[in-house]
Amino acid sequence: MAQTVAQPTAATPAVPATLPLRAIAPWAVFFGVLMLVLLYFVGAEQGATSVFSGTVVHEWVHDARHLLGFPCH
Amino acid sequence: MNSATVRNLLVRGMLAGLAAGVLALVVAYFLGEPYVDKAIGLEDAHSHGHSHGDSLEHDVEVVPRSLQSTAGLATGVLVHGVAFGGIAALAFCFALGRVGRFSPRATALLLSGCALLAVYVVPFLKYPANPPAVGEEDTIGRRTALYFLMVLLSVLLAVAATLLGRRLAPVLGTWYATVAAVAAFAVVIGPAYAFLPVVNEVPEGFPATLLWRFRLSALAIQITQWVGFGLLFGELAQRLLSPSPVTSPQGRAVSAAH
Repeated sequence: MAQTVAQPTAATPAVPATLPLRAIAPWAVFFGVLMLVLLYFVGAEQGATSVFSGTVVHEWVHDARHLLGFPCH
Repeated sequence: MNSATVRNLLVRGMLAGLAAGVLALVVAYFLGEPYVDKAIGLEDAHSHGHSHGDSLEHDVEVVPRSLQSTAGLATGVLVHGVAFGGIAALAFCFALGRVGRFSPRATALLLSGCALLAVYVVPFLKYPANPPAVGEEDTIGRRTALYFLMVLLSVLLAVAATLLGRRLAPVLGTWYATVAAVAAFAVVIGPAYAFLPVVNEVPEGFPATLLWRFRLSALAIQITQWVGFGLLFGELAQRLLSPSPVTSPQGRAVSAAH
């Protein structure tokens, strides 16, 4: 317990331990792709390319697309 | 244990992204929407005057304006916030302890600032956000490809510059390594600005002040999103990774009591 008092000195903050790449990789691959798919539907679906036909997705996020900086139409 | 830490950080990143998205939504609704409405007014006046039928979607109204500017806007901004929150949290897992002697909180804010620049500001300076009525329908494919190419290029260059800075740090020292890395980024992005095709599809007579204010509001939305995310996620990450905050006198008093 005495050590826990001594450790947090404000003058030299300890470098946080790094997370091993092996632990990050599976999350990064799976969720990275998932997040990019979400961004695709907000940013580009039914604009330049379409997964679903029609214009409902495009029209629903129309204002967000303009204001978030994606080319809309 | 470490995999669980990554999962916890990812969840916190998505939540912080959502919360920052709510702030960005407030900015988007009150600051940005008035300009979107004005631009649509001009677009309709223009297309009816010339009877082009360019803006088919506004005449048919698949989704009414009242929904586009509220629920539709919220969907887009919040999903955007969650998605970038998740991606930034994963990038944070890589960056933590690898980019210098920064606490989790400082790493999060630094990462958010760099992400704001690399993901939005640098592409925005070449291909800025456009209000309705600006941009020709036929060129949407080309404009979308160029925009995403610019984002990809900017992000990859930022990652490369970071790795370069890390490599140079032992030789040049942290300060000059950082300056060299930023300079390298600028040296590559400059020619990209110069040689990538110019997109200028602002219709003749479109009010310059409306365009300028729309673009400023678009920038304000992104600044809100990323700064909000950096502060919120930093706080959550700090609490998760260093349970006893360095600066908290309360924590110290408890430790001393034991």
